[in-house]
Amino acid sequence: MTDQLDEMEDVESFRLRARAWLKENMPKLEDKPPLRIGEDDDVEWLRARELQKMLYAGGFAGICFPKEYGGLGLTPAHQRAFNEESEGYEMPLLLNIPTFSICAPTILDMGSEQQKRERISAAIRGDEVLVQFLSEPRGGSDLAGVITRATRDGDMWVINGAKTWSTSAYAADYGLLLARTDWDAPKHRGLTMFLVKVNQPGVTLRRIKMVNGSTEFCEEFFDNVMVPADAVVGEVNNGWAVASRQLFYERTAVGGGSPYVSGVGRPNLVTSNFDLVDLVRKTGTAEDPRVRELLGEAVAHQRVQDQLIDRVTGGITRGHLPDSASSIIRLFHAETDWKNADVGLQIAGSAAVTGVVGEDGPLRYGESYLTRQSTSLGGGSTEMARNIISERVLGMPREFAADRDVPFSQVPQGRTS
Amino acid sequence: MDLDLTADQKLFRTTSKKFLDNEAPLTRVRELAEDAAGFDRDWWSRGAELGWAAMLVPEELGGGSVSGQGLMDLAIVAEEMGRLVTPGPLLATNAVIAGLVHAGGHEETIERLVSGEAVASWAVYEPGAGWRPDRPAVTARAKGDAYVLDGVKDRVEAAGQADLFLVTAQTDSGPLQFLVDATADGVTVVPSASLDLVRRFGEVRLEGVEIPAAAVVGSVETTPATIERQLQVAVVLQCAESTGAVDRVFEFTVQWAFDRYSFGRPLASYQALKHRFADMKTWLEACHATSGAAARAVQEGSPDAAELISVAKSYVGQRSVEIIQDCVQLHGGIGVTWEHDLHLYLRRVTVNRALYGTPEEHRRRIADILEV
Repeated sequence: MTDQLDEMEDVESFRLRARAWLKENMPKLEDKPPLRIGEDDDVEWLRARELQKMLYAGGFAGICFPKEYGGLGLTPAHQRAFNEESEGYEMPLLLNIPTFSICAPTILDMGSEQQKRERISAAIRGDEVLVQFLSEPRGGSDLAGVITRATRDGDMWVINGAKTWSTSAYAADYGLLLARTDWDAPKHRGLTMFLVKVNQPGVTLRRIKMVNGSTEFCEEFFDNVMVPADAVVGEVNNGWAVASRQLFYERTAVGGGSPYVSGVGRPNLVTSNFDLVDLVRKTGTAEDPRVRELLGEAVAHQRVQDQLIDRVTGGITRGHLPDSASSIIRLFHAETDWKNADVGLQIAGSAAVTGVVGEDGPLRYGESYLTRQSTSLGGGSTEMARNIISERVLGMPREFAADRDVPFSQVPQGRTS
Repeated sequence: MDLDLTADQKLFRTTSKKFLDNEAPLTRVRELAEDAAGFDRDWWSRGAELGWAAMLVPEELGGGSVSGQGLMDLAIVAEEMGRLVTPGPLLATNAVIAGLVHAGGHEETIERLVSGEAVASWAVYEPGAGWRPDRPAVTARAKGDAYVLDGVKDRVEAAGQADLFLVTAQTDSGPLQFLVDATADGVTVVPSASLDLVRRFGEVRLEGVEIPAAAVVGSVETTPATIERQLQVAVVLQCAESTGAVDRVFEFTVQWAFDRYSFGRPLASYQALKHRFADMKTWLEACHATSGAAARAVQEGSPDAAELISVAKSYVGQRSVEIIQDCVQLHGGIGVTWEHDLHLYLRRVTVNRALYGTPEEHRRRIADILEV
């Protein structure tokens, strides 16, 4: 290897080395059925950590993270090459969102040297899982209006409040928690981001059951949770800058454009993978020209999504497009999922609503349809994406906000009469 | 626009744009609307001097392109032409050139097309039928080593201006293509009505037209691949052009939203409208992404090129008209007047949507390619 010369390995040589290593070391993806929704997934999480440890031992973990924090310091082209080669192998997909694609890059951008050395490398080693504690029960889109409170107490901070929609918090070790630290400052200027240990006194987790039975999301209650001063990410009262990085990475990740993920596809937890070609065959509708048309339309939309991700992420990286253009990917992603859900329902016909008990058939397209809107809600609603695109990409006037430049303590939090 | 043009391509784009801005502004397009020809042959020759008919031709046949990626360079021209709804047989002539180069031979014809001295058009559609280039009803009967063509082609672009038609016809052993001189005995060209003000179409009637062996393009064995090549080039240029048209319309509609005030505030300040602009911006970027990806795939001879041109047509064909219609809506009443330029663009993308396969036809083609 050319490491001693400190030259970056070229992508093709990296690809060949990855191909050989994967073949030798990683388990082939078995054709096992996805977990039933709501099924206990502890085994999957242990497996994800195990797979990550294997990647790390083989020298293929954290491809785009800097070497000093346990990564390989390579380029997105290397990561893409690895991901292409990894198809057909079991990968720690559960760790992609939010650990590697959202939390770790945010810490990399905004965290202290110690946080980077400890948290990023622990994640790359497969020892720790990270999660986001951002949204609160009081509202999702108005994220900066959080009312979870952090109060300084000597060398410590005391946290009180509630968070929600934290994906897989039950499996996590640390969370990035946004709390209000100055109630006299306007909304965005009184926030601080903390790296909080999940398993500690005062933290209570509860799983949320979704319409399709999934229990992947959690809500958390923080009662006098003590965190040390060095848990602050970035600066005190500058937490919105940190949260903004998270939101940027989240939009990129949800759209499928993150350079920090290992392997492609969705984790085994999620059963909403659409295989419309398979559905057409199963329903015996391949001769119907209308069905062929619908199928072609949905496939085309999916392809366009991949092409759009390439264009927009490349455009942002090379400075042709502003960071806020990642909302374009986010919005398009929702449209693709809607299209798949709708076409699935149309092709499946009545088989989407009733079928043989216990059979994993077209009924799942009916079930997916019930949670069709989750794709346009999770990771920031499409309405917010449209605000961002129109205001920050197109430069249109911002929406009126009653809480702008007002001390947060004076902002109405509900009806007063 | 492709966000990753080379320096040469950027320069080429600028010079093409300048030429088009000077030589074919929208005022000129409106003048040409009154002209039966739809475009000026002398103008086309000058475009040919800029390489508009040379880019798909290898250097040894007198062709060449700016970046060595001829189709991608040509797509830049098509996109700029879309921004100005430029007249001219860019697509028609280049689709034929692509076929001739693919099939081999016909060096002299290629030379005449490259120089702009001659204009050609692919006669592929037939009355009453959709996109089915592999099943032509026009017959080619063998007579010695020559052929006799009979039948009717329609939706032939620039039919009135073309010197040559590339006619796709049925022989006893399968489809085959022929170069037919527009002035040959038995060829009658009847102008058709067209939605586009400057892109003209016509019907080409073939009655006992004798074609010498020298005018046969390729062989029965190679014809399906040559037809596919022609389609790929046509769809790439068409999607680039439609994307350029939508880009320009979106640009001036956004400007309109900033300038136009109602109830004391600009249209751009209303969330109900901002969200529609956000949708349109997203779809426009997607049009650019898929048109660009299709051009690159065809340029590189990628194995998924056939699928990706249909993906682009499925998407751009549908969204181009939807976006421009919404821009008409956002302009209010002026948007449906003759005076406003919006209809020039709407005409062009509506024509593009329909030809060389509708989005629906291309969706079925995707299902075919996936072997469902």
